[in-house]
Amino acid sequence: MAELISKLTLYMSYPFVWYAVIVGVLIALCSSLLGVTLVLKRFSFIGDGLSHVAFGAMAIAAVLNLSNNIFFVLAVTVICAILLLRTGRNTKIKGDASIAMISVGALAVGYLLMNIFSTSSNLSGDVCSTLFGSTSILTLTGVEVWVCAVLSILVVAVFIIFYNKIFAVTFDESFAEAVGTHTGFYNLLIAIIIAFIIVIAMNLVGSLLISALVIFPALSAMRVFKSFKSVTICSACIAVFCSLFGIIISIMFSAPVGATIVAVDIFMFFVFMVLGKFCGKA
Amino acid sequence: MPQLSCKKLCLGYDGREIVHNLNFSVEKGDYLIIIGENGSGKTTLMKTILGLQPPVRGKVETDDKLKKNGIGYLPQQNMVQRDFPASVWEIVLSGCQNKKSFHPFYSKKDKELAEENIKKLGLTDMKKRCYRELSGGQQQRVLLARALCAASDILLLDEPVTGLDPKVTEELYSIIDELNKKYGITIIMISHDVNAAVKYSDKILYIGDETFFGTKQEYIESDISSAFKKEEKNG
Repeated sequence: MAELISKLTLYMSYPFVWYAVIVGVLIALCSSLLGVTLVLKRFSFIGDGLSHVAFGAMAIAAVLNLSNNIFFVLAVTVICAILLLRTGRNTKIKGDASIAMISVGALAVGYLLMNIFSTSSNLSGDVCSTLFGSTSILTLTGVEVWVCAVLSILVVAVFIIFYNKIFAVTFDESFAEAVGTHTGFYNLLIAIIIAFIIVIAMNLVGSLLISALVIFPALSAMRVFKSFKSVTICSACIAVFCSLFGIIISIMFSAPVGATIVAVDIFMFFVFMVLGKFCGKA
Repeated sequence: MPQLSCKKLCLGYDGREIVHNLNFSVEKGDYLIIIGENGSGKTTLMKTILGLQPPVRGKVETDDKLKKNGIGYLPQQNMVQRDFPASVWEIVLSGCQNKKSFHPFYSKKDKELAEENIKKLGLTDMKKRCYRELSGGQQQRVLLARALCAASDILLLDEPVTGLDPKVTEELYSIIDELNKKYGITIIMISHDVNAAVKYSDKILYIGDETFFGTKQEYIESDISSAFKKEEKNG
């Protein structure tokens, strides 16, 4: 035990560990905020779909040798988010089918491009790290941390300002529309925020596991709490705790960062499920 | 001037006209029930009144006060709401979404209004309770309180008793009746329930192959009422 603690204090003296912790916590916080809305609106899989789009966009950026690929990936993902919500309304291909189509399609095209044009010698390693998150969270530069922090604060601020509207639109779209709230605009806003979150979170957990960051804290909180506000606050707390804990564990046991965080999230879900059963009976 | 009136209104969607030449008007304090078979265009009419869908021809006219305050709406319940973690207070307060200008947070006045409507519908004890734990009748009362926060003059109800058992249905009808009689709120209700229409309403609008609009007495004496009843029995 003493050995572990001294190892931890040693790691904590490096700035790159601090960067990783800061970025990890911020990402988890952002993604948990919209989780409740997405789960309730039956959009759990939009995160999955968009993250695969982001994967495809990253592959294209790599092929084109774009130096600043985060903005390119962001633009592509936002456009796809808008398209997905548009098609969700009234087209021949319905919501879940269009998400599945775009997500699998982007995955395939992305992998294909990486395979054909890649200059890297370790292709499967590259693909694996994009899908499951890389250790690149441990090699963040100060600038990347700043970009991530600014984007996160932006997401949180937008969420707080539009909190009441997001609640109204999630709970009852037809009522909100009838009293003159622009539901189309708020659905668009939700999609854009989600696209932002996914692009920020890609580094941490990779594109296959992002949905876990979005939905697990919300689902856990919903087992126990009973108002929208308490569920939202609780899921944010769960997300921050799990991500902090997951990063520390992964550093100490040199486990993959993303997968460890998700494992902690799953564990918390079971804890809250039991808690919920217990509270329900009492 | 009537609170709301429709003149030569033709309704439909995707360029298809399903209701022709509808004429009716609602005065302040009226209790109008709209009946008709499935697919006859009741919901389309409701959307048009709410301004969510433009009419094919004709128009819906409202008096100035209604234009300013809008219409309180009780939509049919959807699947999302069944397991929604939200307290009664949060839901009622969400009726105060301001349509004219953007305010991120609810004002003190909004909160007072929500408090008042919670009291009006006898929900004070369950203010903190979770919506999904309430019974069907209680849930409808919460949604009624929310609708009253949005507009205090006129309520538009879309089949409010669907899925409720007879006793709760009766209770809900009497609450709506009280809102109408005691507080003078105009009620427009879509319903399948002809018996309730005859029992509670002042005016009836029937949409079908033929349309009918008149007072309850006129409806009972008309041919449409007996034809519709017969169809209900056969169906």
